Amino acid sequence: MKKLGKLLLSKDPFQEIVMGNTALVRAMIESGTEVITSYPGSPTPEIASAISSIEFEKRPFYFEFSTNEKVATEIAYGAAINGQLSTVFFKSVGLNVASDTFMQLSLMNIIGGMIIILGDDPGLHSSQNEQDNRHYAKMSYTPILEPSSPQEAYDYYLKAADLARTKQIPVLLRLTTHVCHTKQKVSFSSWNGPYDKKRSLFNPENGPYIPVTSKVIPMKTRALKNLRAIEDEGISDSFAESVNNNNSKRGIITMGMPYLSLKDVLTQSNWPPDILKLGMTFPLPRQKILHFLKEHEEIKILEELDSEIELMIKALAFDNALSNVKIIGKENVQDWIGEYTPEKITQLLFSCWPDMVKPILSDNREITLSPRPPQLCPGCGHRSAFHAIKKALKADDIKVGDIGCHTLGHLPPYNMGDIVMCMGASPAIASGLSLNKGTRNIIAFMGDSTFFHAAMPSVINAIFNNHNFTMILMENGTTAMTGHQDNPSSGRNFNETVEKIPIRKVLEGFGVEHIFEVDAYKQQELSELVKEAITIEGFSVVIAKHPCMLKLTRQNKNKKSYVLKHVEIDQNICVLHKECIEDFACPSFSIAESGQIVVNQDLCIGDGSCRQTCPVSAINYPSGESL
Amino acid sequence: MNIYISGVGGQGAGMLSEILVRAIDYAGIDFKAVDTHGLAQRGGTVVSQIRFGEKVYTPLIRSGEAHMCIALELHEALRSMEKFICDGGILVYYDTIWEPLGVRLGNDEKIKEQNILDFCQKHKISAVKAFDKNLVDTRMQNVVILAQIAGKGLIEGVTIELIEKAMEDLMDGKLLETNLKVFRENLS
Ligand SMILES: Cc1ncc(C[n+]2csc(CCOP(=O)(O)OP(=O)(O)O)c2C)c(N)n1
Repeated sequence: MKKLGKLLLSKDPFQEIVMGNTALVRAMIESGTEVITSYPGSPTPEIASAISSIEFEKRPFYFEFSTNEKVATEIAYGAAINGQLSTVFFKSVGLNVASDTFMQLSLMNIIGGMIIILGDDPGLHSSQNEQDNRHYAKMSYTPILEPSSPQEAYDYYLKAADLARTKQIPVLLRLTTHVCHTKQKVSFSSWNGPYDKKRSLFNPENGPYIPVTSKVIPMKTRALKNLRAIEDEGISDSFAESVNNNNSKRGIITMGMPYLSLKDVLTQSNWPPDILKLGMTFPLPRQKILHFLKEHEEIKILEELDSEIELMIKALAFDNALSNVKIIGKENVQDWIGEYTPEKITQLLFSCWPDMVKPILSDNREITLSPRPPQLCPGCGHRSAFHAIKKALKADDIKVGDIGCHTLGHLPPYNMGDIVMCMGASPAIASGLSLNKGTRNIIAFMGDSTFFHAAMPSVINAIFNNHNFTMILMENGTTAMTGHQDNPSSGRNFNETVEKIPIRKVLEGFGVEHIFEVDAYKQQELSELVKEAITIEGFSVVIAKHPCMLKLTRQNKNKKSYVLKHVEIDQNICVLHKECIEDFACPSFSIAESGQIVVNQDLCIGDGSCRQTCPVSAINYPSGESL
Repeated sequence: MNIYISGVGGQGAGMLSEILVRAIDYAGIDFKAVDTHGLAQRGGTVVSQIRFGEKVYTPLIRSGEAHMCIALELHEALRSMEKFICDGGILVYYDTIWEPLGVRLGNDEKIKEQNILDFCQKHKISAVKAFDKNLVDTRMQNVVILAQIAGKGLIEGVTIELIEKAMEDLMDGKLLETNLKVFRENLS
């Protein structure tokens, strides 16, 4: 929305149509959050998009994209023990990266308060696993809130801020993909304007802030006592809402988005169960749960992903000798998988209470169409690079992919990526493979944002321990996959222009002896360089460089001088080698009914990187114009 | 009422949905909506779902329960209908093809507009076509679709005026001007 930035700073209460991620930003402002950090990852980057709608000078807080989630967490923590209410946000798997620091947070007296926003991804819309981060709440003794809608995301953030501040603790706010991205009309409160800047409040006497040996015991005791207090003071209970449908036989305990799916499903039920909706899922609202257990004969627990709540509730029932209530948790393997959509909830309810909902008729609507997975954009430098690199490799060479747009290289027809793990893992996995490589070459792909995020230790290790493989750095100057966030090689941070940190120089500084660099569009040269690099004994790097063309074309389209170009196929020359379609596979090429190869003008950006792939030079610019 | 919008990443399905949602809100109707973000936006199938009516809990539409499918591309039209449209529903589609990888590589069959029309006939779906042969900027195909919807009054309460008002909320200056122009030209 065009006036979003202004609206977010409004002094008066207002209502606006926003997604959950945007609603959070208003809550950050209203609650007086002073420092916010992040590393991009779906489903959370739109929080930063909303922040960017506020002019830099007018932002009542500091925001940065840090180099990774751990760094981001540490910055927020540093600010928070200096008295500033701070928030860090990232995607589900980001917590794995941050966890070494995150695990200690609850031990510390965080005088400003700290909020950790998680974007979990049941249903795997954009992630490499479905991990249920509620485990981390328990493991780290951190309270966790689970909003179900944008309105609740906003409300819960405000409450989380209160809790974090008053108890001087970290609080987790766990959203899932469809809570982050659902749009609704949210009601916001007033805002009194920015706080006066406080003085630096860090004082070692507020600590200890040093968790060594014997000092940890009192710190851990404090963390556990805080949790106890949250239960005893009725704070977890205050987040639990019951929906009374006068059903003394059946009750459902649920939370988050599954609650809304359930409400949707129950609109069609003539005998709805009572519902206890939890807001804080750790520590559990014991009193309300016990009461609910006592009031019903059968309780179904509807929780997406793992059986966290189920196990705690069963233990609670056992400890309280509640043997009359039947607690129905997860049953089939499928119950641990995927989003709890209205359809899934219907199935789950039908399998335990078949009289309550109508069964879902077996889905005879099988999709027969050709699937459309994400793919590299027209003009993408990664495509050009993959096309060239493939020509330099043998069929049995091992290609280790990494995370980013270049992961898409594993798709046909490129098949450039046999292994992918997580961000920054490729150099070390390649190192491991190279220990017994025989005659095979080992290649690791790497993106620029990922290089700075998590790959540097493994690259240094490759030099330190003298591993034998080639890393290909696909440098496009941006964090493309997650929406073009600037990274240290971009020449800008979120707030201002800064010096680029050239990856080549970093590698030289590490002591990499063999570094080759070429524009990814120069396919012949790139192919030759890769051939050379793989024959080198030891660690070598090929930097295949080309700016992200999606980003560049978008920027160019906004310039007055921009003229959109397209290539075309000279049908007099084309002899249907089909290398452009079958090997290079830019989405712009297809075969018309006439059998001729044609260029989809809606897609072609006229970059011309395809021209060199044609053995007979049939791909040209109209009337001889050149790039 | 449930509206299932689909297209290919980069076609502007998200903007189409945002405009509709605002118009629905101006009409005073409760709604929830959700768009695809992230990975799929790189040339994959993208989807927006809008549910509106007296009281809406979730934006997620169940299979076979979309009253209207809006598609920016023919494959996505068929894909969304196969799973989501209810018999007797409405399809609004932009007549363009962006072939998926499998089709381009010759592994999967091509589809044509006729496949869409056959499906619609079989399931008693009214098909409304949107197309503007003079359109240069593909990013405005979504506005051509909106013109069909508003012009023909396909969504109760969503009038031409409300769509324009929603567009004014979201765009400015030259962009707004050209979008409004395309919208108005395609109304009849
Ligand atoms: C720990 C972790 N944080 C964030 C992400 C989300 N993520 C997926 S791809 C990607 C960007 C990679 O950028 P880059 O390495 O520059 O490659 P590009 O997409 O530009 O090709 C990110 C941040 C993730 N998968 N894991």
